[in-house]
Parts: sequence; C-alpha cells; structure tokens
Amino acid sequence: MTSDARMTMQKPKRSFVAKLVVRIPYAWLIAFFLAPFLIVLKISLSQTAIAQPPYTPAFDLAAGWHGIARFFAGLSLDNYALLGSDPLYSLSYVKSVGIAALSTALLLIIGYPIAYAMTRAPRKAQAVLVLLVILPFWTSFLIRIYAWMNILQHDGPLNRLLLALDLVREPPVWLSTNTAVYIGIVYSYLPFMVLPLYATLEKLDQSLLEAAADLGCPRWKAFWLVTVPLSAPGIVAGALLCFIPAVGEFVIPDLLGGSRTAMIGQTIWTEFFANKDWPTASAVAVVLVCLLVTPIVIFQHQTMRGVERD
Amino acid sequence: MQTVESKTGLAKRGFAPWADRALQPLLRIEGLTKRFGADAAVDGLSLDIYQGEFFALLGPSGCGKTTLLRLIAGFERANAGRIVLDGVDLAPVPPHRRPVNMMFQSYALFPHLTVEGNIGFGLKREGLPKAQIAERVAEMLALVRLEDFGARKPHELSGGQRQRVALARSLVKRPRVLLLDEPMAALDKKLRGETQFELMDLQRRLGLTFIIVTHDQSEAMTVADRIAVMDRGRLIQMAPPAEIYEQPNSRWVADFIGSVNLFEGRVGADGTSVEGTALGRLRVAARIAAEPGATVWVAVRPEKLRIAPNPMAPDQQSALDTAAAAAATLVDIAYLGDLSIYRLRTDGGVSLQATRANTGPFAERSIGANAKVWVSFACDAAIVLTR
Repeated sequence: MTSDARMTMQKPKRSFVAKLVVRIPYAWLIAFFLAPFLIVLKISLSQTAIAQPPYTPAFDLAAGWHGIARFFAGLSLDNYALLGSDPLYSLSYVKSVGIAALSTALLLIIGYPIAYAMTRAPRKAQAVLVLLVILPFWTSFLIRIYAWMNILQHDGPLNRLLLALDLVREPPVWLSTNTAVYIGIVYSYLPFMVLPLYATLEKLDQSLLEAAADLGCPRWKAFWLVTVPLSAPGIVAGALLCFIPAVGEFVIPDLLGGSRTAMIGQTIWTEFFANKDWPTASAVAVVLVCLLVTPIVIFQHQTMRGVERD
Repeated sequence: MQTVESKTGLAKRGFAPWADRALQPLLRIEGLTKRFGADAAVDGLSLDIYQGEFFALLGPSGCGKTTLLRLIAGFERANAGRIVLDGVDLAPVPPHRRPVNMMFQSYALFPHLTVEGNIGFGLKREGLPKAQIAERVAEMLALVRLEDFGARKPHELSGGQRQRVALARSLVKRPRVLLLDEPMAALDKKLRGETQFELMDLQRRLGLTFIIVTHDQSEAMTVADRIAVMDRGRLIQMAPPAEIYEQPNSRWVADFIGSVNLFEGRVGADGTSVEGTALGRLRVAARIAAEPGATVWVAVRPEKLRIAPNPMAPDQQSALDTAAAAAATLVDIAYLGDLSIYRLRTDGGVSLQATRANTGPFAERSIGANAKVWVSFACDAAIVLTR
C-alpha cells in the first residue's frame, strides 16, 4: 500500500450534523422496515383470538415481569408448522416464485432490446424516449389493469383482431389464465426493467466496442463479450426491481388470473381479510420476506466476491 | 515551388525507404476523402507508408488526423479514395478482419477483464490454443514490464501501467500496421518523455510499422521517421523531422512546428535577396525559387538570432555572412532553465523572439530587461517561403 492510499483510508473527523445526515437512512430503515417487520414477526408467533386486536398474547407492560414472562410463554411456532403441513401454502409460494421468475425473464428479453435501441437513438430523442417509457405511470395502475381485462375478455379487442386476421377459428380464453397474469406483469413492470438497463447501457464507452472489433470481434460477438457483461449491474438491478414486487403481486393475479391456485399475495389477503387470521397471514408474510431476502443476500455476497476476484 | 513530399530528406538512422523508387509501400492512401455533413474531415489525401516506418500524423485538433486513423482501422467509411494495404484494397474488409490494430487514446481497456484477459482477447478470437495464448500474453507482459500485474483489473493500475497494457494488447496480434491515437496524451510530461523512447525502441526491436497521431510536435519529432503535417483534412508537408523544421514548405508549417520570426518582402533583382522587409534588405544563402518582384516571406528560427551587446564592425559582419542586423531593446526574458526566451523590439518597431541555451555561468548571462542590444542573423539561417 502506498502512503497516498493510507492517507485516504484515514477517516476524516465528521461534525455532529454530518453524523446526523449519515444516520438518517438508518433511522428511516429502522422506523419503516425493521420495526414493522418485528411487529409482523411477533404477530406470526401469536394465536388467533376473537378479540381486538384479533390475536393473543398482547404485550402488557402494566403486569410487570410476570406479564412479560406470560407474553413470551404465549408465543409459539404453531403457525409455521401449519404452513409446512398444508400444501396450499407451499403451492402458493412455488407458483408465485415461478410466475415472478418467468415474468422477469420475459421482461429482460423484451426490455433489453428496448433499452439498447434507446441508447442508439439520437441524443435529443433519448429524453423523449425515456419520457415515453414512464408515460403509462401517468394513468392509475388499477385503470390500466382494468383496461387489460377489457382487452383480454371473450369479445374484447384482442380476440376480435385475431379473428379478423384469421389467426384463430374460435376466440381463445385469456382472462383467468396464467397467460393473462404474465401479460399484466410484463406490461406493468416494463419501465422498471428498461430504466436501469438504459442507465447502464447509456454509460457504456463506445470505444470498448471499437476495441473489440479491432481485436477481431464481429459485432454480435462484441455484444456478448463486452456489452452484456458490462451491463450486468443494470440486468441485476432491473431483475430485482421486477422479481421482488412480482412475487408478492396481488392486484394483477386477482383481476387477470385464475382461481385454481392463488399467488402468495392473494393467500395473505385471504388470511387477513376473509379468514381474519392475522397470525397465519403474518407467518406467510415472514416466510416470504425470508424467501426473498436470503437469495438476494447470497447473490450480493457472490457478486462482491466476484468483483474482487475478477 | 516547394513540394509537399520530400524526395531525399534528412532521414534519421539512415532509414529512408520513401526515397527508394523501386520499393513498394506497405500502406498506400489514394485521394482519400471523408465528409461529415458538409465538412470534409479528410480531403483528397494521398500518402505512402513503408514497412518498418514510424510515421507521425501531426496537426492541430480537428485537422482530420484521427479521422484518417479511424479510416485505416475501418471505424469510418471513406466517401472517396482508396486505402491499400499489402496490395489489398481495404474498403470491403470490416474492422475485425483488418490486419491492423489500434491503441486508443482512452486505452479502451475492458474493465471486466484482467490485464491478461485484455491482452489475450484478440488471440482468443483467433481461436489459438490456450497454452499458446498464455505464452504470448506472458511474452507481451514481459515486453511492457508488467509481469506481476497479469491478474489485476485495469482499475487497479496506474495511468502509465494502463497505457502499457493498451500497448501490449494492440501489439499481441503482430499487426501489419499499428495505429496509435494520441497514445501519450494522458501521461504526465516526464513519463511521456520516457515512454516516447521506449516506444521507439519497441518499434525498432519488433520491426513493425507504426502510425502515430499526435498534436504534440515535439512528440512527433522525437519518435517519427517521417512526419505528415495536416491542416483541415489536407496534407501540408511530409518529410523527416529535421527537414520539416529546417526546410518548412510554408508559413503555416514554419509557424506550427516550433516558433518563427517572419519578414514579408519581395524577391530582389539578383534572386538571392529579399527587399522591403521590416529589417530592410535581407541577403539569403541560396537562389530563391521565385521570380524577382514576387512576394515571399523570410523565416528565422529564434535560436538562430544572435544577440550581442554592441554593433559588429562591417568586416566582422561579412565574416559571419550576416543577412541583417538591427538595434533592439530587450522587452522580456522567460527563463526556462536549459534555455531562455528573449522578446525583443527593434528600434524600427519590429517584435522578435530569440532563444539562447544557458550554457555559460549564470553571472555571464547578464542582459537584463530594457537593455539595448544588437540583433543579427546569418544568411543561411533565413528560410525563404513562397506561401
């Protein structure tokens, strides 16, 4: 290590205000992520009760040590045991992850060429194209999904178009199928895939592609060997931005999907609002968080190690 | 009339293939034109480059030198003209099949690959066996003295090291012509000086043909066997460095390469003098290649101006074959260590620039500002320019 490197390693003394500013994000995370999660975790360890709130035990500080001891004694893992024993839940998880994974793959296949084409457009046109990508957000999400219900219904515009073009003899059923869910997710999440990809591809140094060509790479090979690896951060960011909310998606499968197996968001909704079973709903939610966070943490760890090793 | 191209030339190291009429050039550029919109970046340019030559394209920014390099590499398509390498017209050959390699000004190292990965990239594309690639990469690493850095990523290297990786990567495929686009622009002055000599040494040892693009005239003079001076897409003069400096073919070249004092006048009736200049009648050493009465310019390099504390006696003047002499006042001195630059104004009001090497002891160089001095130069120091 050179002396310059050591100099920069030294932590500069921060003022009180600077320290405060650094801690604001942590305070935010504690207040709006960690604390609610702990509450949900606590409820997931409780039992249903016909009461207000609809679960026991309640945390009662007035009863002193005795109350706290009783509170902890009242917690159990029964709800998690239920999740393991009833295949309804595991099927729901598998379906959610499956649909989210395939949707993310479709989003990548559709989003990458769009983002790539955007970077190749003239400078002035690029700002307009970015605006066009986010334009759908100006209309309510719910209205756009209702519009898809209309498009996909039995005598809707899609089927009329297919019949008019003589592509089908009988109008196919779209609504209440997984296909409709994929269409809804891919349509709704596309900007979340395109924008991070565009941001990384736009920064790509064009001279790197010229260097690849100079060293004997045809264009398509330079794309695979240079553009794709260098856009990996955008691919990862876009995939995470799409995959995570897609797993917990509720509105799209509820309005466009079938009723045979529910996605996990629908299962949680049913437990909360139909069955009034807050503890089970909370347990489902906690397992979902663990399912999502664990692979992300492992992935992050791997990429960090990869970055250092490569 | 001076020509654009030098025939005999003041060649370095006795290497002058361009003077050999029987020799075929390695790279022949004929009437090459490249337009961007209405502007011609390269405008009907023709030149020949020979095997083993270190060739410099020199000019101010925007003169089309980089465009010419990119045309040779195949990144740009010409509007007219031909590029012929080893007798083959390169027009239909895409960049990835051209037997030339380029070292980019930005280096363009692949950030996701190691130093070894970068250097081996071109060899991998050729489908060489792994063992052979490793061997040639190790060879190149040794050549640029980066043996211990093969496993590093480009961002873990210093600017000078990155520059050497870029050089190794462009050399590893043994190109017929290596194109260097401002290869030393990002280095600091001292490192640039060292690198210039390393580059020359490398080029001679490998026996390859190098074309370097630079806006730095001292860099071009240092490394190149021949320099092509370009301006606005056209070739102005092409000759060895010494000839470009000593015998520029125009005021533009004389002014672009180094500094110069210029005096406008008309060719005298005897054909060996210039009349009516700001310093009066100037005698020159050789017969002027222009009709008597034609407007010409006399260029004198600052280091060829003599500064003396007293006027010389007439016999001394003729002994030194003096072209002109004038009384002057010293306006300013810039002390650069190895030499000093003197700004002078003659009693007739002409501004002059002179340089002197600071060879004597400090105390002896006692001319101060506002000192009255006597300026003169020899007949053979005067370069007569017709355009």
